[in-house]
Amino acid sequence: MGRKTPLFELHQELGARIVDFGGWDMPVQYSSQITEHHAVRRASGVFDVSHMCPVDLKGARVREFLQHLLANDVSKLQRPGKALYSCMLNEAGGVLDDLIVYFLNDSWFRLVVNAGTRDKDLAWIRQHSAKFDVEVTELTDLAMLAIQGPEARMKTASLLSASAADTALALGPFFGRQIDNWFVARTGYTGEDGFEVMLPAADAVRIWRELNAAGVASCGLGARDTLRLEAGMNLYGNDMDEKTHPFESGLAWTVAMQPADRHFIGRSALENITPSRQLVGLLLEERGVLRGHQRVVTPAGAGEITSGTFSPTLERSIALARVPAGALQQVQVDIRGKLLNARVVKPPFVRFGKTMIEPGVIA
Amino acid sequence: MSNVPPDLKYTKTHEWVRNLADGTVEIGITDHAQHALGDLVFVEVPESGRAVKVGDPTAVVESVKAASDVYSPVAGVVTQGNPGLASEPEAVNTDPYGKGWLMRLRPTNGTATAELMAAPEYLKLLQTEAG
Repeated sequence: MGRKTPLFELHQELGARIVDFGGWDMPVQYSSQITEHHAVRRASGVFDVSHMCPVDLKGARVREFLQHLLANDVSKLQRPGKALYSCMLNEAGGVLDDLIVYFLNDSWFRLVVNAGTRDKDLAWIRQHSAKFDVEVTELTDLAMLAIQGPEARMKTASLLSASAADTALALGPFFGRQIDNWFVARTGYTGEDGFEVMLPAADAVRIWRELNAAGVASCGLGARDTLRLEAGMNLYGNDMDEKTHPFESGLAWTVAMQPADRHFIGRSALENITPSRQLVGLLLEERGVLRGHQRVVTPAGAGEITSGTFSPTLERSIALARVPAGALQQVQVDIRGKLLNARVVKPPFVRFGKTMIEPGVIA
Repeated sequence: MSNVPPDLKYTKTHEWVRNLADGTVEIGITDHAQHALGDLVFVEVPESGRAVKVGDPTAVVESVKAASDVYSPVAGVVTQGNPGLASEPEAVNTDPYGKGWLMRLRPTNGTATAELMAAPEYLKLLQTEAG
């Protein structure tokens, strides 16, 4: 048996199928993964993301520390509450993890890192924090809920007092703040608007039930995966890891090479890399389902699918794939020995409920 | 509780077998199996004329989450894969014993289905698996 979130027993009561995810027993779906997916695109859904790991960093030199630790530059964070997506790299430029960092005040930042990398991340962060006198504290006794979809913010606000609701609804995209005993952030992993909320573990079951009563659908990790893939968002461990660098993982936009004198971990390795591979989106132009590790055949050489699924919004199969660098339009994917045609597209596939690519018609 | 029609035969790997009047057999996956797999979005059925042995992976059912092989419960030659599933794979979820059939085979010998389970035995297996 794996680790359990404060909502585990409720998931069982709600009829969820439970699977292992990074050592945690998590709900993969409650009724139908496709129904849950559409609930988020069209209305609202709630996910238990309590397996993710919030870490507080405190100290007078915390900003300087994060400018060293992270590939993105926290000097972009000037307004309290603002969040930034970043990779944390090793010296070779490999991706140790991807994370969200919140700027709370000049001596206090908060990270949210992945469940599967939590121990490795904490050890790495502590190792490098010592010479900056930064205190590293893993937050425990919290639950994390992601409430996502076009109606998610209003439904969540309906559970709050009038003044707390006003404060929550006033949050701009990629901002978070403490509101009473919740930390509310306007972030997510679905390509829809919504909130991610950290709240006391003891309140989690009651709040989940109240969200359900307000019409927010319970959604599992299965729908979370199809939503994030439609949104063109990477999954750590699938689309990038310690063996790959951001430039071949579709994450160049998250690496701040300017200013040139910011010496973050991994920088010197990245300066000497000319990427020979790239991460692209694929749309299958025939019937079938793209899956991770399928071989991609391109005019420039072979590649591999890193994440693939059936897209409930497009009703077609989509994928992220690591392929040789250079311009590519058409490729083929080896599915059980048959080569099927796929078109190279620029993610996202779907954003804010809207299809971003032309899916075409299957004969 | 899963629907287990009394007139069919079953395998441990959750396929069902129906004897048809023309001496061929129809094969699909059980209600229990479709429920465990979740929403099916693609089904690959075999070409007619293909010879299969007992236990050969013969069809593939894919849910949003994963691809799963379907093993032939009988030896024989495929007479037809269900052509309706290309455009309507969800029929396996909604009607696993009817419109959701996967393939028809002509068995190579008359006792091809002898080692399969009858409905009460399969029900007992499901109860055991549910623990």
